[in-house]
Amino acid sequence: MAVASTTETGAPPVRAGRRLRVPAWIGTVPFLGYIGVFLLLPTGIVLYKAFQSSSGGFTLSGLTALGSSAVRGYFIGSFKLCVISSVIGAVLGAILAYAVASGNPDGAVRRLYLAASGVLAQFGGVTLAFAFLATVGPTSGLLLHLSWFYDFPQGIALIYVYFQIPLMVLVFMPAIDGLKVQWREACESLGGSAWQYWRHVGGPLLAPAFLGATLLLFANALSAFATIEAWENQIAYTVPQQISTALSSEVGLNNANEASVLAVGMVIMVVVVMTGYVLLQRRASRWLH
Amino acid sequence: MSKLVAAAKKEGTLNVIALPPTWANYGTIISTFSKMYGIKVNSANPAGTSQDEVNAVKQENGTAAAPDVLDIGMAVALVNTNLFAPYQVSSWSSVPAAQKAPSGVWVQDYGGYMAVGYSSKFGTITSLSQLLGPKFKNAVALNGNPTAANAALNGVMMANLVEGGTADSIAKGVAFFQKLKAAGNFSPVSATGATIKAGTTPVVFNWDYLNLPSYVGVSNWKVFVPPGAALGGYYAQAINKNASHPAAARLWEEFLYSQAATGGQNLWLEGGARPVEQAAMASNGSINSTAAAKLPSVSGTPVFLTQTQATNAATYLSANWAKAIG
Repeated sequence: MAVASTTETGAPPVRAGRRLRVPAWIGTVPFLGYIGVFLLLPTGIVLYKAFQSSSGGFTLSGLTALGSSAVRGYFIGSFKLCVISSVIGAVLGAILAYAVASGNPDGAVRRLYLAASGVLAQFGGVTLAFAFLATVGPTSGLLLHLSWFYDFPQGIALIYVYFQIPLMVLVFMPAIDGLKVQWREACESLGGSAWQYWRHVGGPLLAPAFLGATLLLFANALSAFATIEAWENQIAYTVPQQISTALSSEVGLNNANEASVLAVGMVIMVVVVMTGYVLLQRRASRWLH
Repeated sequence: MSKLVAAAKKEGTLNVIALPPTWANYGTIISTFSKMYGIKVNSANPAGTSQDEVNAVKQENGTAAAPDVLDIGMAVALVNTNLFAPYQVSSWSSVPAAQKAPSGVWVQDYGGYMAVGYSSKFGTITSLSQLLGPKFKNAVALNGNPTAANAALNGVMMANLVEGGTADSIAKGVAFFQKLKAAGNFSPVSATGATIKAGTTPVVFNWDYLNLPSYVGVSNWKVFVPPGAALGGYYAQAINKNASHPAAARLWEEFLYSQAATGGQNLWLEGGARPVEQAAMASNGSINSTAAAKLPSVSGTPVFLTQTQATNAATYLSANWAKAIG
């Protein structure tokens, strides 16, 4: 990049054949700056506020709030919703990804599914919640007005699965593509059945990638807020909903400190999940490339 | 007053916040004020809560974008009076003493009674217990989470009064919603204009002026205030003490409390809200009597929550609401 810019501006090199000495890490500065301002700085502020008392001093009382039964309820709610939606999304998404991958690699079907997944993985929020309400809610003529649809977590998990499956297709497809045909042929030529291939070759190879992708889906569901808020907002079931309540309650229950503590709890959850994701990805990339 | 008008015109701009255009006629109020004085009104975050208003005042303090005036719930107003500038409008004496801070740091502006709005496809509702019946499956909604939204808290409190509870404890209201949930009639979808139009929330607990056909945008919509459970609530005006448009802010207050035919008090009334100077205006004849006659009828002695009662209710809800309904 540095070389390109010197030639573009037409500045004559000081001495022919000698490169302008710019350290390679310079190229990462915009990225790191962006991460610093929009990820590390807010995380730091949240951490700082979580340990700040209402009078401004240092306190650990916020952390004891994490142990209260109400707060535990929000984390359990978030956890249930994330587990259900990510496991269902991962299983169905993996099957779909395998079905698509086993077709023609340059075929229209594959292109269609990948393009649709790219779009639908981002289809969330109020629009999605309303689409479901219109389809299975009390006013729809369809599907017998599902009453369980209004129960937590199964109702909202159904909605989340809608964007979890396409995301799974996108993140899991490269792993399936990494399975070499020769491995299957080798297995078959040694007399292995399809079951034995998946039990001893394909399954173990894909397992880390599958679990890693499931964790990614988990984190994706954890941070979703607009979708569940449109589906219901008269009770806080999940941590993001309670953060919203703690920030904007107008009946005297607003507590910015509680919001920060809850956010720290979410940060911890994401760190655990994403660490697992990175480790599993490393394991997965050992074979599948 | 003419000096104030001149100073406000010189500032040329007014920042308001959390004023939905269909709420209590605010769309018309803003455009009337803007036309009358040639002042541009910036309306920020129309869907915000009262707490969002206070957060904006703190976070944007000293900037030109900070809200100049607030229309704010009493629970939030009373704990943030250090952010406000005292001001007494010229019609100050028309505001009942109980509805203003003696200094004028906040003054109640308009209000209404908690009501049940419902689609006329259900016929006529005359008591809350009807809502437990099978035809209201997944139909009954509040306007938000009662631990966050004042209107929702008052919705639960109104049910509490119907069920024989007093304003000192909201427990019977929570028990009513628990029964509603057990009957499968509680809709967790928060009521908005969109959900009402779509028919997703055909029965809604909300302030009467937010339960009008004109507000929710459907014509087959009725309003019902249960007898003996007239639970009133007023919002209040306050001026940001560090407002970057101090004269425009005060002129806005003068306009809102004006008893003129196109002043704020009558415009609120036309929006279905009860202006705080209503009694005075009825006796001096400045009230728009056509609009006043359209207000939903209310019987029994109205109840207004004291600050302690509101806090007790919120505390009870924070510990019990999710448990009862979740």
